[in-house]
Amino acid sequence: MNIVAAVLTLGILGAVFGLVLAIASKVFEVKKDPREEEILSLLAGANCGGCGFPGCGGCAAAILAGTAPVTACAPAGAENAAAIAKIMGMEAPTGEREVAFVRCTGGVNAKKRFDYVGVKDCLSATKVAGGPLECGFGCLGFGSCVNACQFGAISIGPNGTAVVNPDKCTDCMACAAACPRHLIVSVPASKKVHVGCANQDKGKAAMSVCSSSCIGCGLCQKECKKDAIHVVNGVAVIDYEKCVGCKLCTKVCPRDAILPVATAEEKEKYKAIKKAQAEKAKAAAEAAAK
Amino acid sequence: MDQIYKLLAITLGAILANNFIFSQFLGICPFLGVSKKVDTAVGMGIAVTFVMGLASAITWLVNKFVLVYFGLEYMQTVAFILVIASLVQFIEMFLQKSMPSLYTALGVYLPLITTNCAVLGVALLNIQENHNFIESVVYGITGGIGFLLAIVLFASIRERLVFADYPKSFEGFPIALVTAGLMALAFMGFSGLKIW
Repeated sequence: MNIVAAVLTLGILGAVFGLVLAIASKVFEVKKDPREEEILSLLAGANCGGCGFPGCGGCAAAILAGTAPVTACAPAGAENAAAIAKIMGMEAPTGEREVAFVRCTGGVNAKKRFDYVGVKDCLSATKVAGGPLECGFGCLGFGSCVNACQFGAISIGPNGTAVVNPDKCTDCMACAAACPRHLIVSVPASKKVHVGCANQDKGKAAMSVCSSSCIGCGLCQKECKKDAIHVVNGVAVIDYEKCVGCKLCTKVCPRDAILPVATAEEKEKYKAIKKAQAEKAKAAAEAAAK
Repeated sequence: MDQIYKLLAITLGAILANNFIFSQFLGICPFLGVSKKVDTAVGMGIAVTFVMGLASAITWLVNKFVLVYFGLEYMQTVAFILVIASLVQFIEMFLQKSMPSLYTALGVYLPLITTNCAVLGVALLNIQENHNFIESVVYGITGGIGFLLAIVLFASIRERLVFADYPKSFEGFPIALVTAGLMALAFMGFSGLKIW
């Protein structure tokens, strides 16, 4: 008898609550735009905050309201942006995929002013007498950007500077916001040649603080056949619209500041080719003079 | 007058001396899970306070007018779980419609509370200690405030802990658990208040 009473009581209690919930779901129904759900399902879903909205839900609502572009979610990629554009009844956006790049290869090559023993955080390190590096532009390597990355795409490389893995990078730029030295920029993913230094000091000053610093000598600028690399404010900058990735600049750089760094062998080979070419030109000029 | 003294004693007990987390070890999982940032900890704490207050009221009524009436006190646990789960669901729907701003502020923490044992704990303790209706509600709300206090203190310590230099093997949860233990020890200092 007792067990019947128990089952009945709990059953009725459950049924009553269920009924209340069922009624409540009708009474308190909130009409949602079905497109919001669709857009949300197309976003990356990492809640990385790279778009500037509170989470993916906030981003979806903003896209729907028209306050954010359909490409607001960089990690979702071009394919999903196109799908979102379709939901919103707009044209698919075009544009190349971009990834983050750290403009420093110093690390162990850079001279230290003192041993920093404080909190393991780049911002804190820069607050102590301008940071432990002689170079006022270099990567400190405490990994504030690594902590900021939601995708595991950035890590402290073997020489002590942050390195981006372009395959994992989604260009959300959370790392750029975390870097107190503003070393991280967005570059086209298809381009392979980058200047790995941001030191704007004059030649000698830049040379004395780090063995892989750009000293603004301009050799790369002279060497470039496409007018794609220029020394601006004492540091070489690549114009990615013009760069074709021939890597000639990497072979003439005396400081190995342009990535990918050319090996000594490659440099020698290139030097020999140039020498041969110069001799040939000289011989041709002499022949013409005769 | 006696009643007021009793309510005051319940309040002090729930917030300090018998803090749900530090001396009764209830609601540990949200306490460890959502205490990485102070803002989220505050959100969770407020949501728990809200639900604990309401749950104490409703479970007291259910116990008094259903379970005791039918002589089914031994089913308290299962009945209260049922009450709390549907209550949280109901509150969520209600807030979404009538107070969207509060709903977004509480966010994901509201549904998470369904599985918070502090809520079930307060309901069962109310029965155990023979609280009347007002005492139950006060115990629920102040218990929630105690939870809020604990989780906010803990979150602010954890925010600073991130920058501390401790051995690699302590990284993450181990150091959090050690911290929680030390905080519980500190809260033992309040047990002197029990003379009331």
